[in-house]
This record gives sequence, structure tokens and C-alpha cells, in this order.
Amino acid sequence: MTAQDDIVPAAALPGTKVRRAFGEVPGLKTLAFCFLAFLYLPIGVLVAYSFNEGNIVMVWTGFSTDWYAQALADADIRKAAMNSLIVAVSATAISTTCATLAALALARGGAFRGKVALLGLISLPLMVPEIVTAVATLVFFSSIGLRLGLGNVIIAHTTFCIPFAFMPIRARLEGMDTTLEQASRDLYASDWETFRLVTLPLLMPGVLAGAMLAFVISMDDFIITLMVAGAGDTTLPVYIYSMIRQGITPEVNAVSSILLLFSIAMVTAYWFTTRQKPGRNIH
Amino acid sequence: MANLPENATLRRSLALGPAVLIVGAFMLVPVAIMGVYSFLEAKSFGGVTWSFSGDAYVQLFYERLLDDSLRLSSGYLIIIARSFFLALVATVSCLIVGFPVAWFIARRPLGQRNMWILLITIPFWTNQLVRTFAWIIILGRNGVIEAPFRWAGLLGEGETLGLMYSDFAIAVGLTYTFIPLMVLPIYASLEKLDFSLVEAGADLYSSRWETFSRIVIPLSKPGIVAGCLLVFIPSLGAFIQPDLLGGGKKLMLGTLVQFQFSTARNWPFGSAIAMILLAFVIAFLMLYARAARGAKAMEMRR
Repeated sequence: MTAQDDIVPAAALPGTKVRRAFGEVPGLKTLAFCFLAFLYLPIGVLVAYSFNEGNIVMVWTGFSTDWYAQALADADIRKAAMNSLIVAVSATAISTTCATLAALALARGGAFRGKVALLGLISLPLMVPEIVTAVATLVFFSSIGLRLGLGNVIIAHTTFCIPFAFMPIRARLEGMDTTLEQASRDLYASDWETFRLVTLPLLMPGVLAGAMLAFVISMDDFIITLMVAGAGDTTLPVYIYSMIRQGITPEVNAVSSILLLFSIAMVTAYWFTTRQKPGRNIH
Repeated sequence: MANLPENATLRRSLALGPAVLIVGAFMLVPVAIMGVYSFLEAKSFGGVTWSFSGDAYVQLFYERLLDDSLRLSSGYLIIIARSFFLALVATVSCLIVGFPVAWFIARRPLGQRNMWILLITIPFWTNQLVRTFAWIIILGRNGVIEAPFRWAGLLGEGETLGLMYSDFAIAVGLTYTFIPLMVLPIYASLEKLDFSLVEAGADLYSSRWETFSRIVIPLSKPGIVAGCLLVFIPSLGAFIQPDLLGGGKKLMLGTLVQFQFSTARNWPFGSAIAMILLAFVIAFLMLYARAARGAKAMEMRR
């Protein structure tokens, strides 16, 4: 950030004197930057210590990337990472498909009774505390005797990913102009052709955003997987948890840093996908 | 759109089906089954016996003595009280820091605003477990905070500031994790705030405090209410923060539920606590729905 920050463009507008007098409380900028530091310093510390040479995290002995090498070579970590990817990809694929269909039905299906209730049901996983979902799913799987290994984890993840995939898709659909779809129908395109050639391409950014969100949420989930996953079906966050439990070594930091970087990359990509490019606004 | 052909209704049902079935079967039904479990008897090593019992709920308030009489017990009530207290502390800290930050961002030029929102959003979507773990390195024995004290000789070998495994550590963890959920809705409200009203207030000789309390606060109230609930509700049922930063002694509702299902293996009691937690959350969500009905639907993400 440069000194330009201090120049509020609003100063060009009339009446700015009053605005500045009220809005520009001294120290606000300092507070905001302290807040950013508060958000990012812990992450920075975590990553910094992953390069510690010694095997005690908090005693710095020298720079080394050995812990990354060790973490990447660790068979258990690789298995957990693989499980995480399998679960996240499956849950994302299923939940995004279901969410897209549901969003289309709710946005283009006209008004019908029970619409609000269905909307509520789909967003239920957002409202129920994670720990409650976790134990309820555990109770459910054990009471019906469902033991599909990683399949159980995929089912649980798909369920809570649905509303996350649903939200951006629905938002996109509601922002979309229906005139193009009408034009397509007027030109004798079949419903399927209209959907495939007009609606779906326009909806794609929303679908992509929904899928990314679902993927991040699935990759990050810890509590639900902890309760639902069997011994061999550990995902990366659950494995990290067990590592923390056994004692903190820089290896935990190394694995955690990889996971962090991965999420940060995903969220940033998501951000730039959902940003509407000027001139390509559909309204 | 008004008159849909007949097969459109069928198509709509088919499209809604998968999502509704999945959430219904793997979310609604499990919660209902858990509700039933909370009224069953516990087997010694997990699982339940199918006979009705209100024991799980009685256990919250009373302990059963050897002669089968009940004695009032505060142990679990303290855990509920701690959960509310820490969730409240986290909410208040988030509000105190979050409001000025949201105000600051709302008064930046547009391009910068988006950058700030992105920077605040990123940590929120990164792994909660890992971010909480980072605080062990900061607050823990020999951690980042203790290191300078040790270096200066203020802390001897084996001595500690005792920051970890305390209510303080949990409150810090909760504040750290959920503060983006406070900043974003307040920002959404402030961004829409019509500053000419603030000017009008100043023109009419209101003091800064009057302008703030009579104009800014009422106009940003929907964001403040949303932010407070979005921090309070997940804090109330938090698991990771009390588990990693509170250690075994400072239980909250979330850790108590997990403990009953893992170590204690008392499923009905664990289910009962989970149901109580869910009831609290539903109550707060209804409060929120009432508060939000008056205001426009809040845009959460930007």
C-alpha cells in the first residue's frame, strides 16, 4: 500500500469536509492494519516454524526444508491426502450436480407450495452446528449399519457441501436475464437445446464458483470426518489433528502449511472467478 | 412463467429430488434419530438399549448417587454457562474490533475495498483446525509470546505465563476464527449507508457521538445484529478451539458432546447435549430471522 491510501477520492465530491470530519477517525487506519496483522501473523508464524531445522517447533535452530521432504515422503500423510482428494472430488461432483438441478428448479420452476420449506431444508446443513451434524451422522450410520468406509465420509461431505454449492449457483441464476432463454425458445429451440446452449453456458461461472466452494469446504472439514471416518479413512485435517495430539513437530507445521497454501490458492481463484468482468455483466 | 406445462412440474420435482433427498436422508433423519437416542438408555461401551429413559436429560442437572437418589450437580451447567460466556466474550471482542475495521473499509475507494474484503475472506476459508493450531505455537509454553520473557530471564526454566489451556486462550481462538463473520455483514450495511444523513446530522449541530449513536448505529443495525449472531452461534457450539486451546479441563458444549461419543461412550447423554445445543441455535436463528425480516436480506460475501 502506498501513500495514495491517504487520498480519499470522495474529497472531490461536495460536502466532503463534513464526511472527512466524521469518517476519518484518527488511528482507524492503524487499527485496520493491526487487524490484518492479527489475521495473518498466526498463519505466518505457523509457516515460518515449518522451516525450523530442529524437531521442537518452538526452539529455532536453523533453516531447513527437510520437514517438507519428510512430510511428502510419509506414507500415512500421502494416504490421508489421497483420501482427502478422493472425498473432496466426489463430494464436489455430486453436490454441485444436485445443487445445480435444485437451483434451476427453484429459480425457473415458477412458484409452488413448499418452496420456502425446501429452500430451508437445502440450507439446513449451514444452520446445524458442525458438532451436532457430526454426531447425528455417526448415530445414523451406526443405527442403520452402513459401513462403506470412505463412502460414509463421501456421503457426509456431499450433504454439507450441497448448500455451499447451491448459494453461488442460485445467486447467478437470479442475476441472469431470462430474455436470452425466451429468444432461444422463440427461435424454436427445444427445451434441452435452450438449456444446453443458452442457460448452462451463462450459468457456468456460478456452477464453477459453487464447485470451488464445495471443494474448499470438503477439504477443510475436520469435525464431521473425525466422527464419521473409520480407522483407514482418515483425511488430511484429521491426520493433522492426530499429529498435534501426539506432540508438535515442525512436520505438523509443514503439512499444515501445504494445506493452508492450497486453500488460499482455491479461495483466491474463487474470488477472481466470481468477480464480474466489466462489460460482461449479464443484467 | 405463470402457466407451466404439466410435465414441467414433474421435471421440477425430478430436479429438486436429489438435493432434497440427500439433505433429508443424511441430515434431517440423522438429527431426528439422534433426538430419539437422547431418550434411550446407554449401553456401557457405546450404542443404546431400546428402552425409554429421560436419564440423559436428568443427568444434566443431577448426579445419581450410589443409593440411586439424585443430587443436584452443577458440573454440566457450568459447561453450558462457560459456552455462553465465552461465546459472548468472543462476540463482544469481534464487535469492538470489527466495527471500526468495517467502517474503515467502507470508506476506502472501491478498488481498495474489494482488496480488503478479499484479505479478510481468505483466512476465513482456510482450515480452521490449522489456524487454531497456530495459536498453540503463539500462546503455548515456550511459544512466541513467552520467548522474549524467557530470553530476558523473566521466566525461569519450567515456569510459564499460563496463557494456554485457559478461558482466555479459547476466547482468543474463537475471536480469531470468527471475526471475519463480524466484519463482513457490518461492512455490507455501512457500504450502503447514505452519508448525506451523517452530513445532515452534522449540519444540524449534532455532536460526533450523537451522529454516531442516532444515525450510524441505527442504520447499520442489521449488519451488527447479523454479525453478532454469525459469531455467537458457531462460537457456542465450537469444538476445535476449546479442544486445542482449552485442554481437557475447560470444556464447552461442543467438546462435551464429542467427549460423550468418544471417550465416555454415553451416546444418549451426548445426543441430549447435542439436542440442547441445537435448540439454543434454533432459538438464536429465529431471533435473527425476526431481526432480519425488517431489514433487507444481507449480502454475505461482499
